[in-house]
Amino acid sequence: MKRIYLILALTAVLAGCGSTTNLDEVPVVDQTGTSVLPSGAGGSGSAVGEGDVTRVDVGASSQDAANVGRARVIYFDYDSYVIKPEFQSVIELHARYLKADKGRRVAIEGHTDERGGREYNLALGQKRAEAVRSALGLLGVVDDQIEAVSFGKEKPAVQGGDEAALAQNRRAEIRYK
Amino acid sequence: MIFHLLDRLRELFRFVWVGLILVTGVTAHAQFRVEVSGVGLTQLPIAISAFRGQDTAPQKIADIVLADLERSGQFRGVDTAGFALDEGVRPDVALWRQKGADSLVTGSVSRLADGRYDVRFRLWDVVRGQDLGGQSYAVTQADLRLSAHRISDFIYEKLTGDKGAFSTRITYVTKAAQRYQLWVADADGENPQSALASPEPIISPAWSPNGTQIAYVSFESRKPVVYTHDVATGKRRLIANFRGSNSAPTWSPDGRTLAVTLSRDGGSQLYSIDAGGGQPRRLAQNSSIDTEPLYTPDGKSLFFVSDRGGSPQIYKMPAAGGAAERVTFTGTYNISPAVSPDGRWLAYISRVSGAFRLHVMELASGTVNAITDTNADESPSFAPNSRLIVYATQSQGKESLLTTTLDGKIKARLAGQNGDIREPDWGPFQKQ
Repeated sequence: MKRIYLILALTAVLAGCGSTTNLDEVPVVDQTGTSVLPSGAGGSGSAVGEGDVTRVDVGASSQDAANVGRARVIYFDYDSYVIKPEFQSVIELHARYLKADKGRRVAIEGHTDERGGREYNLALGQKRAEAVRSALGLLGVVDDQIEAVSFGKEKPAVQGGDEAALAQNRRAEIRYK
Repeated sequence: MIFHLLDRLRELFRFVWVGLILVTGVTAHAQFRVEVSGVGLTQLPIAISAFRGQDTAPQKIADIVLADLERSGQFRGVDTAGFALDEGVRPDVALWRQKGADSLVTGSVSRLADGRYDVRFRLWDVVRGQDLGGQSYAVTQADLRLSAHRISDFIYEKLTGDKGAFSTRITYVTKAAQRYQLWVADADGENPQSALASPEPIISPAWSPNGTQIAYVSFESRKPVVYTHDVATGKRRLIANFRGSNSAPTWSPDGRTLAVTLSRDGGSQLYSIDAGGGQPRRLAQNSSIDTEPLYTPDGKSLFFVSDRGGSPQIYKMPAAGGAAERVTFTGTYNISPAVSPDGRWLAYISRVSGAFRLHVMELASGTVNAITDTNADESPSFAPNSRLIVYATQSQGKESLLTTTLDGKIKARLAGQNGDIREPDWGPFQKQ
């Protein structure tokens, strides 16, 4: 279930003070906000300045119960997109499941460790996700069932810069939609 | 009515903020730290007198102007303790020469009957004893800082001959307590206003050439998707939400087109797309990673990053696609190109012995200089006058923003927010 909430928040200031005020929830994406017009040089003396910004608030996305309790993470070596033999069984498990239920859709989410630029890491994570998609395809899963996406280095599984943490973060996660 | 409430909240916030300043004794001058390194600098000595009446105004205009000028790397403040000279006074030029100043700024701030503030200043050449001109601004309280930045622009242009970029805006992203926010702030990092808040990451914000919109990548729908966002109204438009990942938006100089990286056809590849939305046009086709597109200031070419040669390097090709030429040749990891608006310089991040450092290349000669000694620099972006670069880096485990001169000799840490600050992009000159 994918629902995007756009929340026009007037509570930027209150939030900054640690308060948890209710926000008005307004559905949809291409939403016209209410404009705060610049007062201009010859303005009337209102406290609204020239450079005003209207804030948009985005709600959280939901989690699916199918994603709990099944091995669904494939780890990679540094600078590598090769699926290691020990993860072949994980791929096969999901391939069987997806072939048995052609209505199921999965996202393969690629991730990298924290080293390097955000956009380049996004592209590296994409390569990992697409490696897993290809492996599932070789086992007969229909391509329409799989979307390969990347989070780059934005969503590390664990915090920290030591090699153990870096290795935990170089991964692709199979997530059922 | 809603916006009356907003105004009240803003007033309240300002009041609290001013209170904090009084308590901690922080002044506008101390809100960032200018780190000077290197020798043989030629900096113009300038005295900025306290503005008459500024003690009762919410912003210390003289302190903001001095901080701006020092951050540029081209000025050095001369002590003005004990002086508060307004724009109407003819200064004792011999006294200021004796204090070591070449120039002097005088001014005043006063409250008008309608609640606005009248800000006036005058710039003096104390070597020649000449009046170099002055200006006055009637501004709301919210625009007092902007008036200070405009004074800085005037002084900078008079004394260096280059246009000042102090009254411009930057955007950046903060991450605090698993909450991501996109901000719009003054070029000195002050006066931040939140444009977007999300529980999921936001990366790669990029100002439109007219400074009204920001394109960015949001993960709010559990995948990277490109939006454009009108900052004054908060109106957002979904520009690229194709199968796979959508990222790395950049605007053509005429504002009509965005170049993006999409994986909809497999692999990370470059496309262009109308700024109003529509079908993407593929710019190149290969089996390697192509990403981080960036239009040259004339709009004719695109810089981008590709690993087609085995390691990520910066390339350049015609804006509509075509033969690519390699731009970076040193090292095995060169990413995140930023081109100066005057077209002379290319800033980028290069990995050297495991450290990711900001480098600047003079495009005409190909000469490259590393201009930092930090280990995790990211996301360089030029000021619209091509004289400073803002970038993100890490120190003591915290991400923050710095500005640097192109030779790396003068660096300033921008005003702090809670949490990590990253992904800066410097906006264009503002219309006045």
